[in-house]
Amino acid sequence: MPDAQYANTQLSDPAKEAKARELMLTLRCLVCQGQSIADSDADMAGDMRALVRRKIEAGESPDQVRSWLIERYGDWVTYDPSFNSRTAVLWIAPVLFIVLGLFLARGRFRKKAK
Amino acid sequence: MIAEAGHALLWIAAVLAILQFAFGGIGVLRNDREFMANTKPVAIAQGVAALLSFLVLIWLFLITDLSVKLVVSNSHSAKPLLYKFAGTWGNHEGSMLLWVMVLAISGGAVALLEKRLSDRTLSATLAAQALISFGFYAFLIFSSNPFERMPTVPLEGLGLNPLLQDPGLAFHPPTLYIGYVGISIAFSIAVGALITKEVDPAFARAMRPWVLGAWIFLTLGIVAGSYWAYYELGWGGWWFWDPVENASLMPWLAATALLHSVTVLATRDGLRAWTIMLAVVAFSMSMVGTFLVRSGILTSVHSFAVDPERGSFILALLTIYIGGALALFALRASSVKEGTQFELFSREGALVANNLLLSAILGIVFVGTLYPLAAEALTGEKLSVGPPYFNAASAPVAIILILIMAAGPLMKWRKDDWKVVGQRLAVPVLVMALALAAFAIMAPNIGILSFLGFVAAIGVGAASIAPLWKRNLRRTPLFTWGMVISHLGIAVAIIGMASEASFTKETLAAMNIGDTRSVGPYSVTLKDVKPVAGPNWTAVEAKLEVRRGDTLIEERPQARMFSSPVTATNEAAIRTHFDGQIYLVIGEEQPDGRWQIRMWWKPLVSLIWAGGIMVALGGLLALLGRIRRRSAVDLLVRKEALA
Repeated sequence: MPDAQYANTQLSDPAKEAKARELMLTLRCLVCQGQSIADSDADMAGDMRALVRRKIEAGESPDQVRSWLIERYGDWVTYDPSFNSRTAVLWIAPVLFIVLGLFLARGRFRKKAK
Repeated sequence: MIAEAGHALLWIAAVLAILQFAFGGIGVLRNDREFMANTKPVAIAQGVAALLSFLVLIWLFLITDLSVKLVVSNSHSAKPLLYKFAGTWGNHEGSMLLWVMVLAISGGAVALLEKRLSDRTLSATLAAQALISFGFYAFLIFSSNPFERMPTVPLEGLGLNPLLQDPGLAFHPPTLYIGYVGISIAFSIAVGALITKEVDPAFARAMRPWVLGAWIFLTLGIVAGSYWAYYELGWGGWWFWDPVENASLMPWLAATALLHSVTVLATRDGLRAWTIMLAVVAFSMSMVGTFLVRSGILTSVHSFAVDPERGSFILALLTIYIGGALALFALRASSVKEGTQFELFSREGALVANNLLLSAILGIVFVGTLYPLAAEALTGEKLSVGPPYFNAASAPVAIILILIMAAGPLMKWRKDDWKVVGQRLAVPVLVMALALAAFAIMAPNIGILSFLGFVAAIGVGAASIAPLWKRNLRRTPLFTWGMVISHLGIAVAIIGMASEASFTKETLAAMNIGDTRSVGPYSVTLKDVKPVAGPNWTAVEAKLEVRRGDTLIEERPQARMFSSPVTATNEAAIRTHFDGQIYLVIGEEQPDGRWQIRMWWKPLVSLIWAGGIMVALGGLLALLGRIRRRSAVDLLVRKEALA
């Protein structure tokens, strides 16, 4: 049974709850398939929600909580891949696609000089 | 005997596919009219054989034939009839048979209905389609035989995953697959036209209705899947950027781009090679999606490595087909001229931008979906890519795309004057400016993406109706109506998404009988919790009194427990009002005797799916418009020939 108090009830401070919720939506439920801890009935998701709420209530920032979880569970736990050498390709790719697309499209247009 | 008949029909269909490939191939190579003509009946027969095989499997599920392994592992005699029927494709083998059947029927439909393609290109198309079918028949027969028998007949089946026991299962997979696999026709026509070197506007006009048809179903399938996940999972989410969802989104993005580029080719003879490329990419994305979903690779790269037979089979197939098509493309690239060039500031220019941005989003979804797999395979470390990445990377591109969508339909083909377009856009721009001011003042705290989404969508909403201004509405062609309604649907859906993201109210409560909590404009009282039972489940049901102003309604969410297999599911109580949905869920009983009740008020959330349905409806109107114009043109041609 997860810590029912915080697994399934909100923090009394709406600002903190909003922070906690935004963070929970970006954390992976480790025993589910492709669900965040904010979208899951699994006990472990409940435990993690309780943990997140307790830490946010204690005044930790969402980034601190995320780092704490990554230290324990690895990058697998966060849906938000931070920019580093391992994920650089991921973040550069969108820009690359647009540049490549513009390059391919340039030949399609008539030159200004008639 | 029945199962063997189904199995035999699969073999027959596979043999017919070989025959179809041979006839079509010989016909094209030797330019032999007879072989070409004979390809068509074979294609139709192949479609019929696959359909019959599929019907046999449905029958086995309906009668719960426990001598068949697939029925034993996925069905149960006490299951409601609807789920015995829909359960046919609620498993790997059955869904692959559905997949192959749609592939075969698509080929049969082309053979039966396609009158515009030249005989040579049609034969080449059917040969290509047959080759794809053949590979997937082999996959079914050798590694996923749905008709395999049990060594001994058990007394009862294991049952269907209760999450799938929902009317959604009857609707979502077939619709999605018709779109997903139906896009194979575009692939095959593209390959066919590459082989015969007939890539021209006539080819584009032939391909367009098939692309439209598949795209309509794909759109509906995705909308249905999203709504199903929304009400079934019980946490109010409607899109998760889950790899399985992305697998259906990627072909949709490619098909949407294709739909627009094929119009440039049909109308202005531009973007020849690009259109071919998109047709290849669209179905390639369907095959990649099938590989992702069916190989087990998503759960973990390692679980894939443990039982790689199925995954490797599909991987081999898709490498051969995509590789083959790309090789053919490279070989023919020099002979396919890119077609007419055009001015940057023109309808074509806007459509090129549309294609560029849709392809960029496709690229983002593709990279984001496959990156974790690639990273794990290469470095052994697991990482996740989810909503924060997909939203951050694709939303800015999507917002530019939406703005271009507003302007594009108001621009003329060939060349337009930016001053004139500016005048046509004056009213939508004014509307957008007002929206911007209104949201900046009244809702300053919503996220930047939602804010931009609202403003852009309202501007697009106004602009998408603009093509109808000063037109005789009764003489406006159906396909123009289609475009207007589809574009408006996109605006409507985005307003729903932005509203859901920024204005949802959530209350998570632990309640005693008699407690009252509020969520948004509602106050909710827990009146009672009692056990109830259904045909194959038991449940606890909450009786909730939901009050808003003077109106009082009663809602009864359930937490169900299924017996075979043992699984808990949520039956959320969802009520749609004109201004949003209230979404109520009963969770577990806490040790202190209170019940967990989850409540959401989601303003305008239903616009997400209503908009999606409008998009599909617009597609349907466009399709009807094209078919009608085609018959009118055919009639005219015939009259002229007689005169």
